[in-house]
Amino acid sequence: MSGKIDIDKIAQLARLKLTDAESDRLGGHLEQIIDYIDQLNQLDTSSVEPTSHVLPIHNVFREDKAVKFADDDVDYLAGSPANNQGHYEVPKII
Amino acid sequence: MKYEVVIGLEVHAQLKTQSKIFCSCSTEFGKPANENTCPVCLGMPGVLPVLNKTALQLAMQACLATHCSIAPMNRFDRKNYFYPDLPKGYQVSQFALPLGLNGYINIQMNGTRKKIGLTRIHMEEDAGKLIHGENLGSPGKSYVDFNRTGIPLVEIVSEPDLRSAEEAREYLTQLKAILDYAEVSDCNMEEGSLRCDANVSLRPVGQEEFGTRTEIKNLNSFRFVQKAIEYEVERQTQVLEQGDAVVQETRLYDSNKGVTFTMRSKEEAHDYRYFPEPDLVPVVIGDEWIQETQDKLPELPEQKRERFTQDYEIPEYDAGVLTTSRAMADYYEKSVSLYPKPKIVSNWIMGELLKELKNDEREIGECSVKPEDLTDLLKLIDEGTINAKMAKTVFEDMYHSGKPARDIVKEKGLTQITDSSAIESMVDQILQINADQVEQYKNGKEKVFGFLVGQIMKESKGQANPALVNKLLKERIG
Repeated sequence: MSGKIDIDKIAQLARLKLTDAESDRLGGHLEQIIDYIDQLNQLDTSSVEPTSHVLPIHNVFREDKAVKFADDDVDYLAGSPANNQGHYEVPKII
Repeated sequence: MKYEVVIGLEVHAQLKTQSKIFCSCSTEFGKPANENTCPVCLGMPGVLPVLNKTALQLAMQACLATHCSIAPMNRFDRKNYFYPDLPKGYQVSQFALPLGLNGYINIQMNGTRKKIGLTRIHMEEDAGKLIHGENLGSPGKSYVDFNRTGIPLVEIVSEPDLRSAEEAREYLTQLKAILDYAEVSDCNMEEGSLRCDANVSLRPVGQEEFGTRTEIKNLNSFRFVQKAIEYEVERQTQVLEQGDAVVQETRLYDSNKGVTFTMRSKEEAHDYRYFPEPDLVPVVIGDEWIQETQDKLPELPEQKRERFTQDYEIPEYDAGVLTTSRAMADYYEKSVSLYPKPKIVSNWIMGELLKELKNDEREIGECSVKPEDLTDLLKLIDEGTINAKMAKTVFEDMYHSGKPARDIVKEKGLTQITDSSAIESMVDQILQINADQVEQYKNGKEKVFGFLVGQIMKESKGQANPALVNKLLKERIG
């Protein structure tokens, strides 16, 4: 590990459990990406407006109208690992 | 050592919309768990959030009402963390480019105006509600209701300009009034539409640099904000005086015990890895739109307060109390239009009316005594039908029964005694019983006069006309 990337911390933040082999491989990939970004950073972009979105559009809105989601016979709860009285059940949170 | 308290507040206010910020689910409070949800707010893969225009409009109103400048370009970011109340694994919020910047609100402390700076105002979505297992299902589990997920919020971040728990409370009172007037939020604290986090630190008086701060999260009443800060100031003072260092951490307030306790320390703090939300396009706001919003803003509490002191010639204190909510200010103005004695109306609202509302923990909008009912009562005093003391009893009755003043006066036979001969005989009776006091009065002890008036009023069961009692008594012994 070259020190640019703390792959263990990143994995932990992403809730991923990586094997040593995966850590090495993915850490390497991330290093390459960072190196590429570093390369781009060498360009003078002071006169370029930062990109906020890849599409050249802005101001897409919906009107404030409450509408029940269409064809709502889907039971979302049924897709959850566990539920109780209309609630999603999760590990105990303090 | 003397310490100075430094406080900054982060207030989350629910925007008054019909539907959620990025989907069409209803924002209605009190629905069965998970009824107001859809694939968008549940964070299903492949869905496309779209910004609610009214939410943006209300957030702009919040910015302009607090003197924030509106960023010509703003956008949403993803704040990444895992917690069960957040189905997507990230919260959509404005981090890098918020909607509003550099505002302020004025607060009044002991008659002096103080300007409290606002760092920023940004839009974001609310998270879901977690229910402890003890209260539902199994104690070893937690339960989630996603009805709140995706409710539109503004987060209003103050500068660390507040110097006491009282100032913090006053700031919240003013901010709430502004959001209420500008129709941004209904500010209902019981339903969670106004919540507050407090950052508190101490520094030796005279020191420029801030001390280490703690953050107290999720305070849902103004009283708790004040209490929690008071406790935290006390705790930090003790830590520093023992020569220890304050630990930077997030704390929670236990309102039953009146203490704050550690929720998580900075070491465990989240690394949110913000990045621009690719599913939402940037928001661009032109001057015209800003001007239009500015023009539509109603009169705000501070302007109204000034107008009240000028137009109605009531004290600043009265004007402050009467403008804490738009409903109360409207109530006052309606009453004064029906009964043009502004100070008397103010006294009755601030005295009798607010006392009853406070006892019941109700808002003025829920009050059964309407402005026309109150002013009818005041007219009865002017007409001489009842005196001010009786009016207070009648008011209590009106408040609880909802009946008009005239009906109560009639039913209870509460007419004021203005018949001179009837009062004269009461005066005689009291003078006879209190011969000693009369002697004292004649020897120059003037205070006794008031005592005698009191006795006569008591004899009349409060129904004698006080002016007449004074006049007749004076004639007899003066």
